[in-house]
This record gives sequence, structure tokens and C-alpha cells, in this order.
Amino acid sequence: MEPTSHKFTQNARRAIGDDRLQAALANFTTTFPKKRLDVISRLPEFDDLRDEGVAIKKHVHANLDFYLERFEARVIEQGGTVHWCRDAQEARETIFGLCRAAGAKTVTKSKSMIGEEIAINEHLEAGGIEAVETDLGEYIIQIRGESPSHILVPAIHLTGEDIADTFKEKHTQLPADRDLGEPDAILREARAVLREKFLAADVGLSGANMLIAETGSVVVVTNEGNADLVMNLPKTHIVLASIEKVMPTLEDAATILRLLARSATGQDITAYTTFATGPARRGETDGPQDFHVVLLDNGRTEMLAGEFKDMLRCIRCGACLNHCPVYASVGGHAYGWVYSGPMGKVLTPNILGAHKAADLPNASTFCGKCEEICPMRIPLPRMMRHWRERQFVSGKGAAAKGKSGLKLWAWLAKRPPLYRLAASAAAGFLRILGRGKGRIGRLPVAEGRTFQALYRENGSKEQ
Amino acid sequence: MSGAREDILAAIRRAEVAPDGDPAGRLANPQPNLVPARGQGLPAELLARFIAEAEAAKASIARLSGRNEIPAAAEAYLAANSQPFEIKAAPGLANVPWTKQSLLTVNFGRAEGSDHVGISEAFAGIAETGTLMVLSGPDNPASVNFLPDTHLLVLDASRIVGAYEDGWALLRREHGKTGFMPRMVNWITGPSRSADIELILLLGVHGPRRLHILLIDG
Repeated sequence: MEPTSHKFTQNARRAIGDDRLQAALANFTTTFPKKRLDVISRLPEFDDLRDEGVAIKKHVHANLDFYLERFEARVIEQGGTVHWCRDAQEARETIFGLCRAAGAKTVTKSKSMIGEEIAINEHLEAGGIEAVETDLGEYIIQIRGESPSHILVPAIHLTGEDIADTFKEKHTQLPADRDLGEPDAILREARAVLREKFLAADVGLSGANMLIAETGSVVVVTNEGNADLVMNLPKTHIVLASIEKVMPTLEDAATILRLLARSATGQDITAYTTFATGPARRGETDGPQDFHVVLLDNGRTEMLAGEFKDMLRCIRCGACLNHCPVYASVGGHAYGWVYSGPMGKVLTPNILGAHKAADLPNASTFCGKCEEICPMRIPLPRMMRHWRERQFVSGKGAAAKGKSGLKLWAWLAKRPPLYRLAASAAAGFLRILGRGKGRIGRLPVAEGRTFQALYRENGSKEQ
Repeated sequence: MSGAREDILAAIRRAEVAPDGDPAGRLANPQPNLVPARGQGLPAELLARFIAEAEAAKASIARLSGRNEIPAAAEAYLAANSQPFEIKAAPGLANVPWTKQSLLTVNFGRAEGSDHVGISEAFAGIAETGTLMVLSGPDNPASVNFLPDTHLLVLDASRIVGAYEDGWALLRREHGKTGFMPRMVNWITGPSRSADIELILLLGVHGPRRLHILLIDG
């Protein structure tokens, strides 16, 4: 998927005019925050658990090399293999090579944001290997050729009718007159179509919510159970994970898991939490013969060294999307790439480069809600400000556009009589421009007088 | 790609994050962090909480007084839900007196795509969220938990613990301090579900549509 993050403004404008998208956004930006509050009200220790989660992540960042080496050693002990990859290209080539070596025609995938980040599906398909997303939402957007509009509910921008239409168009092997009017019928069809893929796949490719240094385990969380089929049925299991996912112990994982689903979907825990450790053991009748972990850097070590280190605490719960007024207005696609909402505004410039996502850190009201609800207490607004500062200093990007305006303002501000004259002229101009109508008409300043003029009048009344 | 490994580790070391704690000690002697109150309590409280939480997650529960009641309970559940009387059972359940229920057909082994009903055994129940902790192995193939449309899961009530950490402690105690992890540990909380279509909750996406717990009391 070609990123369009540099066109955020156009993307956003289109999204705001899309009535169906607006209805979908209104539905879930009220549903998820309410469910989160309900579930947290039943866990009085939630905020203390957040503090512990932050402390664990900080500890991991201080010892990241140690934990990664320990994790690697444990995976090898179990009979698995670890592949280190500096960037997206290396990871794509490694995974493609492993699939080739396994003689793979079909690869089933469980949802992996890193997989989206490195565009692995396109790469496999280009090499003649069928890559099938198995998370229901991911599958829907894959066959539509779209990118996820939310990291948890990737097809949130679509209605049941849209999905039924897509299934009728793509599943041509099924009778054209079948009834897909009910969501459950859509689900049954997806289950049947994907069941065939699960059973046929030569390689299963999963992401990882966490990696456990203590045991060499990979932790994957789903509600559908698709990851478990991906990890159990094919002969080869490949795990794709970025390096910051490593955790010390199973106990530490438990702490994070208490935060994850509650922040994400407002569940106490997802239906399935799986700890997978190496290939099939002696005597086992299922499970993979080969177990590979692809460890990806792709900008993480650079973040670790700088002012975006705290962003590496992110557990991809999506709470900051669910609570963001900007996300609620424009949806995920406007952000133009894999990661959207506040976390996307910080991550996308880090991974794609600042010049390709210049508008994102500016598309914020700085209301602070994202930081308030983030289970990992990531100071997201501060990090967006880091990007704005960089733009201002470098003279590039939206945050730098105000530079000449600021200079003019400074010049005027040092000359009070001139300043007053200019301000009242501007206020009068706005009044003419607004004429009480449209966007400008709603601004109080379009009343036609300056603040100081109003203050002189009203201020004396109050005394 | 050994160059990548060295490059990444070197970049991490160059970042010079301020030291924190004793990582080797943390791994050598894993300790629980904060365990919430809902993960603690007397056995009777934990049993009640496990049942309430599992049912809230849309699992159903039958209370049995012994393992010899498993076949009758399985048959009754399948009949009530109009499910076929053919079961793929984990080999670890071979000692259950299946022949007592002559209508049931029971095969043992891993599950295939065509199996409608599976039965396996849980290692522990975790009260704080009504979660079943299931271990994979030759006696308990993980595919039985995921491929069939209906999943029956046997749990001994004496193995209900409070918190996730208690589950890990039990595993370490019974399976040794190192190498104790089976290939798969599955925490299962209710049946498979998705809200990917208009946020409507639907059950049985890829995993089972029904999760029925056969809880063996003491």
C-alpha cells in the first residue's frame, strides 16, 4: 500500500464529507470508550497496574540487548531460529526466503501491524505466493485492496452491506443469489472460505504482542482464534515482531495483558491469549515442524536513542485512536498509512521519515486525551510537539508555515499604536468576511471589534 | 544476516539508556507484580468468581461430581444444542468411561477440519477473568481447542486458582523450573468472537462458537 500520509489535508477533507464513514466513526468512538470505562470500573487497581506496566517497559528499554539475546538463546534451545533484520527490506526478503524454502504456495496470516508496516503481503504475492489474512476485518480489507482504518477493527469504515457486496464480487465460487443480509451469514461464509485456506496453508505467519525472554515464548492475543490456527496447522510458523516487544518474564506479560484488552476493546481479556514456544515437541500430533522468529528494527533503535524513546512503550491497544477527536472526525485512512490516530502521528514520521508525514503531528487539538487514557502513559502530545519543533527549526512542514507570520506579529507587537490599528482593522475585515454566516461567522471575533474594545465596555460594567 | 544482529545490538548499546534493575536476577527468579484483589481469595470465593466470569464471557458450565459423569454430560449438552454425537477427544481423556454412553462416537487424536465437536482438558482455571489455561502435548492436542465448532473443556474444580500468576506458579511447580513451557499455553476465555462487522458481536469466527466447561467438583 503506497503511503499517502503527505496528503493528510486532502484525505481528511474527503473523510469529513463521507456520511457513511461519519456514521461508523460516531458508532465506535462512543462504544469503545464506554466499554473501557465499564471494565476499568471493575478493576480498582487499574492505574497502579499502568504504573507497573510503564516501569516494566522502562526496565526493558534499559536492558533491551540483554533481553533480546536471552530470548534468542531460548528460542534456539527449543529448536527454533531467530532472524535479525535491520529494515523492512531485509525482513521481507527473509520471510520470502523462508516461505520459498518451505515450498509455500499459500501463507495464512494472523493480524500483524508489523506485517502491514513492511507490506509483506504485496511482497509475497509479487513472488507468486498467496498470502491470506485470516482476521475477519483484515481479510475483508485485503480482498478490497484497502489498508486498515483502525489497528483493532480494520474494516470499521465499512457497513455490513459493503462487506456483503465485496463477498459477492470476490467469492465467485459460491451461488450469486445467496443471502448475505445478516452479519452472521457473512461470518459463516468467511469462516468456510478461510477454513479451506487454513487447512491448505504451508506456512503460518503471525505477529506477536509480546516476546518472553525468560522462556523464548511468543504471545499472541486474538478474539477470533485465527492466530491459533495459523500457529498450529501449517508445517512452518514464522513470527514477525519488532524488537521492542520483548518482555522479561511470564509474570510481566500478565501485568501487560491486564491492561491491553481493557484499553483496547473494553474486555477484561480477549477470548484467546496464546503463548507459543518453539516447534512441535516429540509425540505431538499437531504444531509446526519449523519455528522462526523474525526480529525487526526498522527505526526502533533510533527511537530508543532519542526523544521518541517513550513511544516504544506502545502496546498497540488503539485506545488513543478511540478517544481522539481528530481520529473521530477523519477516521484511519486519512492518516495515509498503517498507523493512525495519535500513535500514528508519532510513529509514522519515525518510520517513513518526517518529510513523508509532515501534516500528521500538526493534525492535533492537543486536548491531551490520548495521554490521559494511554495504558503506558506515553506523552503523545509532547512527542507531536517534538515533531512540530523540528519542522519549525528546519523550516519545513506545516509547523514552519507560521514563521513569517510570527515575525510580522513581533514587529507589530513592539509598536502598540500600530498594533491596535492593525487589530481593529483585521477584526472589521473578519466581520465583513463572515457576515454572520459560515465558518468565520461563528468566530466571536467576527463581531467586528477587538478583545480590548469589548473589555473596555464590559469590564467597567462588572465593577 | 549476522551483520544485522550485531548492528542492531550495537545500536541498542549506543542508545545508552540509563541502567535499570537487575535483568539477570529478574529472569532467574521471576516474581509477580501487583496482583489485583479479584485474583485473590478463599477457594470458595475463587470458584464462584471463576463461574461468574466464565459465564460473563459467554461460556456455559455444567457441574459434575466425578469424571465418570463426563460422557453423560457431553451427550446431554450436544443433544440440547442439536449437535452431532461425534466427538474428537484429546487422548488424555481415554480413561473416561465413554462406552457408558452408547450413542456417542468418540475418536482420539488431533482435530481435523471436519470435526464438529472437540473435548480436551484444562490445566487450571483462572478466577480473575474466568479463563481456562490449557496446555498442548501428545495427550492434549491444541487443534482440538480451535477447529471444532463446539468445544467441551474438562476442568477439575480443585485446579481453580486466583490470578494468572498463580497459573504460572502451578506450571513451574509441576513441570520444573526450566523447560516447563509446553509448545502452547492457551488462555481461553469464552468462545471465539468478532466485532469486525459494524461492531456487532458475533460468535464462532474461526474457533468454536460454543465453549462448554465440564467442571468436576471435588
